Amino acid sequence: MSMRVAVLRFPGTWSENDFAHALEIVGAEADILWHADADLRPYDAAIVPGGFTYGDYLRAGAIAALSPAAAELRRADKDGMPILGSCNGFQILCEIGLLPGALVRNRHLEFRCDWVHMRIESDRTPFTAGLRGDVVRMPIAHGEGCWVADELTLARIEANGQVVFRYTDARGGATPEANPNGSTANIAGVANAAGNVVGLMPHPERCSEELLGGTDGRRVLEALTASRYIGMAPASVQ
Amino acid sequence: MTDFIATIRVRPKAEVRDPQGEAISGALRSLGMDVADVRTGKEIVVRFVAPDEPAARVVATKMGDELLANPVIEEFAVEVAAE
Repeated sequence: MSMRVAVLRFPGTWSENDFAHALEIVGAEADILWHADADLRPYDAAIVPGGFTYGDYLRAGAIAALSPAAAELRRADKDGMPILGSCNGFQILCEIGLLPGALVRNRHLEFRCDWVHMRIESDRTPFTAGLRGDVVRMPIAHGEGCWVADELTLARIEANGQVVFRYTDARGGATPEANPNGSTANIAGVANAAGNVVGLMPHPERCSEELLGGTDGRRVLEALTASRYIGMAPASVQ
Repeated sequence: MTDFIATIRVRPKAEVRDPQGEAISGALRSLGMDVADVRTGKEIVVRFVAPDEPAARVVATKMGDELLANPVIEEFAVEVAAE
């Protein structure tokens, strides 16, 4: 039985169709769900895709974080469901409070649309199982991707292995030059303490087939479909 | 019940860098103005009805806590005035 993945759509989401397509490439069954009445219970995993929900007004992700989907994501997280947020989806998960830190304006103030390299720092998540230490290449497209947190939070997540993706050069060196937005400690993606919720600024769905110039995004989605987390969410709903 | 106007000023916490402020600071210096530092923020003005000023302040503070500011990166101040 293939994995069933819910892909959330808010007003202003733009990557939901690409995610559904990429998930189908890895053999998952993807449904796009409207945020206002999304029911995640029949699903094995959920994706919060990129975009500019509610025009990024107030703060990126701030208004989407008040959607009924936010309560549904909180409930699914309690059941241990794998949840991935990419780009604006990462911002939304931080605003909801499911992930540590916040994403602010890129330090150089430029919108950055480019390819980046990242080292996978943790395999304690369903999206990176078996990938620790690998350097992957994925595209970014954001103006507010600079991840920040207070020193205590940073120390805590570094110690807990919650830093999942770090911007590096092609050889895996986390240099200032390899950091596209000024993120603290070159952090490109983080997880919650349990590891089931992951957010990253790059776009795995945009590099899941040769035609698009890269296939490293597929590895993250394949890790999900191959993970031992399959079926865990429905089973835990007693 | 009275009409109130609450002004909520949100700004990045002191320890959070403010790249917009830094860019503005550079631009002001390019105009020959000797500025030491610039910090930016936003002002949100809300009109609503409340029984009295303390109650209006409570409501405006709740707006700041629950939506207008993100406590990870921002702080806010509230001013309330009867219309």
